Amino acid sequence: MPHLRMTGRGLWITVLIVPPLAFVALFIVYPIISAFAYAFFDWQGLRRGDFVGLENFHTVLFVEPYRSWTINAFTHNVIVFFALMVLQNGLGFLLAYALWRELPGARFHRIAVFLPVVLSTIIVAYLFKLFLHPLFGVVNISLRGIGLDWLAQPWLGQGSTALWALIAAQAWHMVGFPTLVFLAGMQRIPGEILDAARMETESEWVKISKIVWPLVAPSATIVFTLLFVGAFNWFELPYIMAGLDGSPYGSTDVLGLYFYRTAFGNVSAGQQDFGLGSALAVLIFIFIAAFATVMTLRLRAREIQV
Amino acid sequence: MKTKLIRIGAALCAVLVAAPALAQDLTFWSWRQEDRAAYETFIDTFEAANPGITVKFETFEAANYNTILSTALAGGTGPDVMMVRAYGGLENVAAAGYLEPLSTETVPALAEFAEPALAAESMRSDGVVYAVPFASQTQLVIYNKAIFDANGLAEPQTWDELVAASQTLKDAGVIPFANGTATAWQNETVTFGLGSSLMGKAFYDELMAGTADFTDPRFTGALGEVAAVAAEYFPDGFIGLDYPSAQQLFASGMAGMFIGGSYEVANFKAQNPDIELGVFAAPGKTAEDDKLVGLYFDGGYAANAAGANKEASIKFLNYLASQEFGQAFANTLSNISTIPGVTFDNPLLAEVNELNQSSIPYLMLAHFRYGEPSGSVLIQGEMQKLFAGETTPEAIGEALTTGLAAWYEPFQK
Repeated sequence: MPHLRMTGRGLWITVLIVPPLAFVALFIVYPIISAFAYAFFDWQGLRRGDFVGLENFHTVLFVEPYRSWTINAFTHNVIVFFALMVLQNGLGFLLAYALWRELPGARFHRIAVFLPVVLSTIIVAYLFKLFLHPLFGVVNISLRGIGLDWLAQPWLGQGSTALWALIAAQAWHMVGFPTLVFLAGMQRIPGEILDAARMETESEWVKISKIVWPLVAPSATIVFTLLFVGAFNWFELPYIMAGLDGSPYGSTDVLGLYFYRTAFGNVSAGQQDFGLGSALAVLIFIFIAAFATVMTLRLRAREIQV
Repeated sequence: MKTKLIRIGAALCAVLVAAPALAQDLTFWSWRQEDRAAYETFIDTFEAANPGITVKFETFEAANYNTILSTALAGGTGPDVMMVRAYGGLENVAAAGYLEPLSTETVPALAEFAEPALAAESMRSDGVVYAVPFASQTQLVIYNKAIFDANGLAEPQTWDELVAASQTLKDAGVIPFANGTATAWQNETVTFGLGSSLMGKAFYDELMAGTADFTDPRFTGALGEVAAVAAEYFPDGFIGLDYPSAQQLFASGMAGMFIGGSYEVANFKAQNPDIELGVFAAPGKTAEDDKLVGLYFDGGYAANAAGANKEASIKFLNYLASQEFGQAFANTLSNISTIPGVTFDNPLLAEVNELNQSSIPYLMLAHFRYGEPSGSVLIQGEMQKLFAGETTPEAIGEALTTGLAAWYEPFQK
């Protein structure tokens, strides 16, 4: 049986491949599969009860109050995704363009724009919570200072402003990341193409839309996909700024908070249900995996190879 | 030489084998990291009286305590003795059969405990007690005595007097109430800390008997009054004010009153040792109405049903149920011990204990946190809506009753 004999090379490859495979299997594949399995059981606290088939999935999708909670949280994730697409990626692209064109102070701004990304989410969230404090926050005090008293709001206490306050904080925190990725993409654009374009037109808009934007498509693929995954896994910032309940009255609730509350309970309000929580986790995972795959494939297809 | 070695070896083996039988090591889990020093002292007292038993106190983060505890119990690595929560939070752990059932045979002192305290640590299905209740908490109004004196105010006897006192403070440039409602659970505290007397004992009794529900005008009327006071006398933008900020407003002396739990007293004292505090039950409409506080039980001490040192665990539970422990607990931790016969040196604590004699249970926690959506989830969100002007008290009554009907049988019609 020659094909079973380990040659030196085969042995070498096996030794290199087995540990990472085992690692991935143990810490990634196994937890995903077990979470998947948990979702099919009834749970009493952390004790597994009877096999209930698809009932947990049915409950979170179609039975009140879970149905409205699921829809509410999902809708907010969608809003967050589109809002950040504009505020984080759109602004990031413009900032990158400005930095790339080496406007005055570009060196300083390159660092300034990226600096917040280095800060921990916890710090950013607490800072913004302080900024938005209704009595002593710098936002309201500044507004009152310039005579715009009517604009001073309890930002985190109103359904109409709370989610947007969180989105603003998130955009401020992370705008440096797409900026950096876009900037790297722009710096890879060959000089000849730009020179050629310059002979045709003086319009910045034409250069951006016809040359730069198509040529940074690979960067766009990366930041769009990462933003999508990030927006649907959003947890830390709303957890710190709005609390586990998506305060006020669920207006900042997102799938991450909703999943955590359902699976692990909330000391000051509700009970835990591990089965429903797992069902939610599985649904979120499937949605993100499927959508991110489609999105990546489509974005890849429009990339231009230079 | 060789025999000597064998002898030493044999002696060592004997010690190792016999050691567990001689000294019993108990592990004791808690979420009260801030009380570690006090518990170490209580444990020293117990160990001195029970040679051969040692207790090791371990603490875990409060918010995730139940998850950590139930994971450990499910995996067979749970503690011998543990703090457990009350009501729905207890059932979560007890329903899985992890806790040793207690009775007056194993813990005789339980016979003397008040009925609601034991009910808080029992399962509704079997009525068995699973933990020795340790403390009660009271939802009431805490006020700054210096501010009240400076403005010539006394504890209000009617709702109108409460409103008038708030107006006096507001006119004097003092924030009447420090509370904010951006933190969800604070809405529940404010509602029942301020509204219990307006709702009244009769409403509570009828609600429990199944003859009234939350659409009752006594309940919705109270919500309306609470919201009116909040709109007028809570800080500007209170709906965006979170819990720690509200605590600081009061502790720093910028506000006259704080609606909250008796657990706040120790915290305010710690933040501002000079602050002079008073407590009162928010009044009802007239001076004759019962002044009711919202009372609930915090948690209890339970033994692991699968623990290796059950005998020693029960011994320790008996100590935790003793008057000696209760007295030490009340004195050091400034909490209202549930153990009968405990007296309170701290005058404020004695006053809270006095107020507890006229109370209704802290409603949502005591009776409506056994299913989803829990009464707490509903009232917290709905009150935030009411404070933001996006719903009415009547609509809340409707939302609570229909929402709870999902699992609360008396509401299923």
